[in-house]
Amino acid sequence: MATVDKIVAQMPKSLSKVEFSYCPGCHHGIVHRIIAEVIDELGIAEKTLMVAPVGCSVFAYNFFDLDGTVAAHGRAPAVATGMKRALPDRIVFTYQGDGDLASIGTAEIVHAANRGENITTIFINNAVYGMTGGQMAPTTLIGQKTTTSPYGREPKANGYPIRMSEMLSTLEGAVYIERTMVTTPQNVIKTKAAIKKAFQAQIKGLGFSMIEVLSTCPTNWGMTPIEAMKWLEENMTKTFPLGVFVDKTKGMI
Amino acid sequence: MKMLMKGTEAIAEAAIRAGCRLYFGYPITPQSELTEYMAKRMPEVKGVFLQSESEVATVNMLYGAACTGKRVMTSTSSPGFSLMQEGISYMAGAELPAVFINVMRGGPGLGDIQPSQSDYFQSTKGGGHGDYRMIVLAPHTLQEAANIMGEAFDLAFKYRMLVTILVDGMIGQMMEPVELPEWKNIEELKEPDWALTGAKGRKPRKVTSFDLDPYELEKMNLRYQATYKRVAENEVRYEEFKIEDADIIVVAYGTMARIVKTVADSARKEGIRVGLFRPITLWPFPYERLSKISQNVKHILTVEMSYGQMIEDVKLAVNGKTNVDFYGRSAGVVPTPMEVLEAIKKIAR
Repeated sequence: MATVDKIVAQMPKSLSKVEFSYCPGCHHGIVHRIIAEVIDELGIAEKTLMVAPVGCSVFAYNFFDLDGTVAAHGRAPAVATGMKRALPDRIVFTYQGDGDLASIGTAEIVHAANRGENITTIFINNAVYGMTGGQMAPTTLIGQKTTTSPYGREPKANGYPIRMSEMLSTLEGAVYIERTMVTTPQNVIKTKAAIKKAFQAQIKGLGFSMIEVLSTCPTNWGMTPIEAMKWLEENMTKTFPLGVFVDKTKGMI
Repeated sequence: MKMLMKGTEAIAEAAIRAGCRLYFGYPITPQSELTEYMAKRMPEVKGVFLQSESEVATVNMLYGAACTGKRVMTSTSSPGFSLMQEGISYMAGAELPAVFINVMRGGPGLGDIQPSQSDYFQSTKGGGHGDYRMIVLAPHTLQEAANIMGEAFDLAFKYRMLVTILVDGMIGQMMEPVELPEWKNIEELKEPDWALTGAKGRKPRKVTSFDLDPYELEKMNLRYQATYKRVAENEVRYEEFKIEDADIIVVAYGTMARIVKTVADSARKEGIRVGLFRPITLWPFPYERLSKISQNVKHILTVEMSYGQMIEDVKLAVNGKTNVDFYGRSAGVVPTPMEVLEAIKKIAR
């Protein structure tokens, strides 16, 4: 009988056994796993509180084996603020989509960042409202067709895709903001390093940290998972360039 | 020892003494002094004061802080209370305890900044979406407002419900001597078994107002309804003033009830036997008691600083047993004792 010498891969402890409700090819699952791995590695599961959003990841509070709640649409940063102010020695993170964070919840995310609220936000940007059926998001690309921009997003009528990472990085209270993607194993590793750094910034009490992860929505984009990844790399990264937008953690973590 | 205090300040100090160490708020007249008092006072008691970016954010900060099982509160005035309704609905659904102070002003819309009682519907019937209730307490003096703060937090935690202290700009802004309540020892406050604190040595907990399965959500709703029923059975509060021999019972709450006490004495001097029935809990409304006492009187007169909101509950209680009349002014205009007396005389004729 074979014995196990070394475990090279297993389910992270911070993920619950609840089955994901995400579509095939969606990147939420990958990012969930990365967050859970980071929480396990940092040994903070027993002091972490999570705030799920409204959108496809509305069930995220159930997918993590952590204390958690689900906020009203866009309000997760305010809910997280309340938690953190009540329990400053706990780790609090929000998980939000682009409709949630970049449209209805702009006031809450801007002011949480500006206060330097010592929380971490994981921002999933897939350029579309997923759960309600593929409507135009504030991050929808110019010309991109959605169910509420059936002729393609047109700036005169609908404005421009909003770049939240760039915008929030101008605020004094933001200490670490990076935009990544998870289209390849290499990018997954980079995203994991970014998310880990964001949580470390919080552990050190430095202030607001956010990782924006460009993600696919094959279902609402009308593509196969492979096509969607290609479309993300070729189109989304032009409007939303990857990179670190602010890093005030140097020498601190 | 009595201290001369402003209404908003007496409420704030009483809340701190009742064990509240987390206050979130946004400035709005006529209650900004409460926010200012908390800004100065919370650091002195090692508490948290945070001025939010909006009332929408405030109520969600309250949601987050309430999730941790601590005593949390906010204060606002009518337009701000409207903005909080979304979060109030979510907190009611998540069964989170918290205390709201609404210092009512004239509406609708931007209205004005003078005293009013026009948020009765919004507070007692549910201003947000869904089948929920919140306990609504209506003190009529500063002393009563200070005394009721401890009870407000106790009720919130006993039933895992929201409690609103509904006062008007008059109570918020006036000054009178107040005997402040005793200090609650916050070390003695137990952490509730549902609080989100990090799952250390226990299974993770979830606090939500959410379930996509209608049968599961129905179970949650039936649990809320069972709680509301228990509250309605056990927590009704009211005051009766000179009703024993009254021919006319005036029903009024808050500032208006205080004015009616003066009016009742004046009316009696003129030979009209007037009494006051003052609901202290606007929800749960004292339907049973009002129903009982309405059997023996000629008239019920509801007096409000609104164009007739509480009167709907009064009519439900009286249920046709006697006449129910109304007198009220709103939009920031406070009826004078003379006006109320005239309204009584008109009925008495």
